[in-house]
Parts: sequence; C-alpha cells; structure tokens
Amino acid sequence: MTALIGILVFPGVFFLSLFGLVCEFVDRKLHARLQHRVGPPWFQPLADFIKLVSKETIIPEEADRTMFRLMPALAVAAAAAAALYIPMWSAKALFSFSGDVIVVIYLLTIPTLTFFLGGWSSTSLYAMIGSVRCLTQLFAYEVPLFMGVLAPFMLASTWNFSELAEFYRAHPGYMIFNVIGFAVSLVALMGKLEKVPFDIPEAETEIVAGSFTEYSGRYLALFRMAVDIEMVVGASLLAAVFLPFGLGLPAGVAFALYVIKVLFVVVLLSILRTLFARLRIDQMVDFCWKYLAPASLVQLLINLAVKGALLS
Amino acid sequence: MSKVTIPIGPQHPALKEPESFILTLNGEKIYKMDMRLGYNHRGIEKACEERTYIQSMYLLERVCGICSHSHSTAFVQAVEELAGLQVPKRGLYIRTLIAELERIHSHLLWLGVAAHEVGFDTLLMYVWRDREIVMDLLSEISGSRVNYAMNTIGGVRRDVTPEQTRRVLKAMDALEERTKYYIQVAAEETTLISRLSNVGYLSHEDALRLGAVGPTARASGVDQDTRRDDPYAAYGDFSFKVITDRHNDVYGRVIVRTLELMETYGICRQVCKNLPDGPIAVKAPRKIPSGEALSRYEAPRGEDVHYVKSNGTDKPERVKVRAPTLANLQAVSKMMEKNRLADAPIIIAAIDPCFSCTDRAIEIRNPQDGVRDVMTWERMQKRGVEWYRRQGIDFAGANKRLEKRMEKLTR
Repeated sequence: MTALIGILVFPGVFFLSLFGLVCEFVDRKLHARLQHRVGPPWFQPLADFIKLVSKETIIPEEADRTMFRLMPALAVAAAAAAALYIPMWSAKALFSFSGDVIVVIYLLTIPTLTFFLGGWSSTSLYAMIGSVRCLTQLFAYEVPLFMGVLAPFMLASTWNFSELAEFYRAHPGYMIFNVIGFAVSLVALMGKLEKVPFDIPEAETEIVAGSFTEYSGRYLALFRMAVDIEMVVGASLLAAVFLPFGLGLPAGVAFALYVIKVLFVVVLLSILRTLFARLRIDQMVDFCWKYLAPASLVQLLINLAVKGALLS
Repeated sequence: MSKVTIPIGPQHPALKEPESFILTLNGEKIYKMDMRLGYNHRGIEKACEERTYIQSMYLLERVCGICSHSHSTAFVQAVEELAGLQVPKRGLYIRTLIAELERIHSHLLWLGVAAHEVGFDTLLMYVWRDREIVMDLLSEISGSRVNYAMNTIGGVRRDVTPEQTRRVLKAMDALEERTKYYIQVAAEETTLISRLSNVGYLSHEDALRLGAVGPTARASGVDQDTRRDDPYAAYGDFSFKVITDRHNDVYGRVIVRTLELMETYGICRQVCKNLPDGPIAVKAPRKIPSGEALSRYEAPRGEDVHYVKSNGTDKPERVKVRAPTLANLQAVSKMMEKNRLADAPIIIAAIDPCFSCTDRAIEIRNPQDGVRDVMTWERMQKRGVEWYRRQGIDFAGANKRLEKRMEKLTR
C-alpha cells in the first residue's frame, strides 16, 4: 500500500507532475525576465495543461492510432519511473538495488524514444524530420551524459545511488572533483530536454513543432507533462549525483534543500538557454563529439587519478 | 534517407506572410527549391486607376506595412515630376527624416526576425524593445506608428517642431549606443556566427546577374544605393557612406544592415540640425498633365520603383510598383543551393522579404493535372459574369439599360 502511494502520489507521479509545473513556471518566468519580458503568472503551466486536456484531440487519418495514443502515456510513465530510483531528500530512494543508476539513465532515454516513435507514427513530414533529428541528437548527447554521470560513481566504486550518497557523506570534499562532469551533464541534459541551443528537433521556424506537430489535446498535454517530469527527474539526477550533501538532515529541511537544488539546476538551464542561438543538427553533433565527449573523458581520467592517489 | 519534398508555406511559422517555397531535401540537405508567388495579390495597381491621385497615394502607402513611407514617397515623386512641382526644401527634409526613421525601424525589425529564425529569441526581444524608441518617435511626429500619412502631392502634411527634433537627436544617441552593442553581439556570439556564416551564399557576379538590390546586393559587394547614385528628396545635401561587405552570406547581410543603421543615425542628425525654414508644401493641381514618370527610391529593403502614366485627368492611367522583394526573390533559389533545411528560414528572411508588396498576379494551378495558368482581366470579368448568370443573377439587361441612359445623358 505504501509502495502504491509512493508510486502514484508522493514522491510518484502526482508530486512529480506538480513539481514539474513549478519548474516549468520558474524556467519560463526567468527566461522571460532575462529577455526583458513580463513572463507568465504562477498558474500558467497548470492553466495550459488544463486547457490542453479539455481541448479536442485530433489524430491524423494516416497515423498509426495505437502508437500515436500510446506514446505520450509511455513517456510520462518512463520519466516518472526513473524518479523512483533517485534518492531525493534522503540517502535512500524509494526503491534501490545495486546498479540502479544504469536503470535510471536508460529510463530517461525512453521519453526521447517515445518522441521519435510518436512523431514517426503521426506520418507528417515535419514530425518525421523532427523525429529523425530527435534520434540523431540522442546519439550525440547520450554518451557524454553517461560518462559525465557515471564519473562520480566510479570515484565512489559503486553502481548504487544510496552507496554513492554514503560515500560522499563520508568524504564531502570529493564532490569538488566532479565539476567538469556536472558541466558536461548539464549541457547534455539541455540536449535531452530539447532546450535552446539544442531545440533542433522542435525548431519552430523550420519544422513547425517537430515530433509534436500532429499532437493536440490531451496527448499533447501528456507529452508536455512528460517533458516537465523529465526536467525534474533530470535535475534531481544531477542534484543526487553532483550535489549529494545535506541528505542526513531532518526530513523537512532536507526536502527544502532538495527543492532548492533542483531549482538551482533549472535556473542554470534557463540562463543557458537564454544565451544562445539554435545550432544546426550537424553543428550540434560536432559539438557533442568534439568538445563534450572529450570533456567527460577528462573527467573520468581525473577521477581515476584521484582514486589512485587519494583513496588507495 | 530518400528525397523528401517539404513545403515551407503557404502557411508556415517561419513566414509572416503566405508564400510557397517547396524544398526537395536529400536528408537534411536542400536539393532544389521551387517557389510560387501570388498568394497575396490585392489588385492595388488596378485599384489606383479608379482613384484620384490623392486617394491612390493613401492606397499605395498600404502596399507595405513596414516601408509604407517608401511607397507613398516613390509615387508622390513621380506625380510631382509629372505636374512639374517644386517641393519646398523643408518639405523634402521632413520627408527624408521620416524615410530614415522608417529605415531604422525596418532594419531593427529585420534584425529581430533574423534572430528569431535562427532560434535566438533573446536577441529578438532585445532588438524589438529598442525598436520601440523609434516607433514612439514616428508616432509622435506623424501621429501613427505604421502608416505615417506624412506625404502629400507637393510636400508633406505635418510640420516638425523644434521640440520634436530635439527628441529625435536624443533618441539617436540612445539607439546608436544600443546598435553598437548589437554589432558587438554579432561579432562575438559564436552560436550566432556559426548559424549565419557561409549560409545563403550569393557571389558578387550572381548578385549582379540576378539583379539583387539593397542590403542583399550590398552584402555581395555591389556598391549601389539610390540615395547616392540618383539623389532624391534631400539626400544630395547630406554626407553618408554606402556600406558594402564582401562576406556574400547572411552574416554579411547582418553586418551591412547594422552598419547602415549607424549611417542612418548620422543622416537623421544632419536633417534635424540643418532643418531649413519655410513652407512644407506647395499647392498641387487636382488634374495632372498627361505624361509618364519613373521614380526610384531606396527603401530599407532595396530599390523601390514606381511608374506612373497620367492622361490629363485627376486619375492615373497606369501605376506600376516594383517592390524590392521582387528583385531579390530571384536570388533566393541561388542562395538555397548546398544549404541545409535548418538554413532555409534564415535564407528566406535574409532578403527581408515582403511578399504582399511583391505579388502582382495570381497563378491558378489545377491540383489534378498541375497545369498553371494566369488569368487576364477580360477572362476574369467574363468568368464572373458567367458565374453570376449560373446563379440566376444576370446584369446583361440592366447593363444595356444603363448604357442607353448614359448615351442619352451625354447627348
């Protein structure tokens, strides 16, 4: 029963959705203020969601109806499932086993695949081009993200979030070695969340809305919710891996600290997306393999060296 | 991936007006482009023939929402030439001032749109915020933000007060500072440069061969500017540089337009400081003597040409408008070669297109067999008559009665 509440309400789908909306608001408002605009009121993401849910849903005649309708639900499910294995405000996640970090990273890949499949099965030209770009981009940022996130685990000699938290509680100073990994993962996360300069799959001036072009009504609402949840989970992942402090504090304080950490990552994301123009897909792949992947390799080397020198 | 044909337009988020660009893609690469015009035909030239010169002037001002002053000035210049009117110096200076303020607002608008096309919305918001300064100036001087209605045949309608010239001078300082910042952004921001450099390449020879005009041509090193080559209004009195650039790509067009803004601030300052005293307009006759006149004008987007033929009445016999976009559109398919889909919106936007100004005809295409056809005035009239006849409405009898009555009256 508690497990069920954990999955559905807290810290499961309901909490994640709500927090996702809050993060979307912070992101949009800050983005707007940085651009010298007024920005939306606090309830705007929720209002958008309700509006979309209540609107008519149109499914293209040519589309594969089952895939078209299944993909948004799958995206939300996968993003939310990933959250269950990430420790948020305590050292222990809701579920935990050895190697859970691999599962989390793979679960976070699924939403991108659903964007691809959803766009592809809607058979619109714009959606298909967007879908192909989605996958191309996935191959570019996924490897740096993996290496960036796994570097701190390597330092702690574990594949488990809880043990990672224990390690950094014992040696808080080692967090400082993971700075490059944090930067790499943050940039890769922008690619995963399809934010400027990596919003190539949904570049509105070229291919309308990319994969989501044919989506409307509650399916679009679900997809957007999936993106919001992905943002929260991605930020939580970064917070858990790179900022693993304060996890032993009393529940209330630890929770507030968790919220602050996630919002910190969201603020960083939103400042970064204000600064750049959208790249082309070839430039994006170039950038990821030429700069991001080598940077994450450097992070791995640093951690190997640190491990050899300080922990042996 | 096999070849895919993707339509950009007639309705597409990258285009502000309906026009169709059909791209054939090979993966992400553009293989060829097919262009179709005519979605915005409004029959303005024909409508001018039904109106007096003054009415036509107001109608032609609405050819374009951005370069409205350009079109009305080009037309008014042609009519003044026909009527042999000497516009007073002060009137010409005020015309020039409005023209240059319009250039500022057009170039800033373009810079924002270009930034948006490459997904740099922050720059768009910044530029359009600063554009409000010049919009406020225009509305203060003319009473309107878009269609200024400053021109009249023989001069201008509104005078500029000393207070207003002071405000213009003050605004120029503010705008100059902001433009310097944007020049710096364009020179330093790496993602912006990587999106604009080597995109939409148009060589010097091609620019000449395809007859490109305005900043598009000047960015390919074509040293032409009607303001200097064939001075109209008061441009002969001012000193300014014609900006050219040899980047030959979209980045060059950004540089040309931003540097041109700096020159424009200089012209506005010169106008405000040297504004002569005297009347702002002379009285124009209602009927214009018969003749033909061609008027050239350097609109923000390039050279705008108006041709007016008069027949001695108070209505023009023929008005022809050649908007700068029409001259530049030929170059677009050349620019598209060897680029990627992601570059298509910025390449189209880089000529600062204004499709509704350009469209002079509707092309009819049969969707079944793809046969293209252009309808003449007579055929359209006949088709209209037949269509109404099929609906049971026939004006043939009424027309005959009207003709008879007219005959009686004229006799």
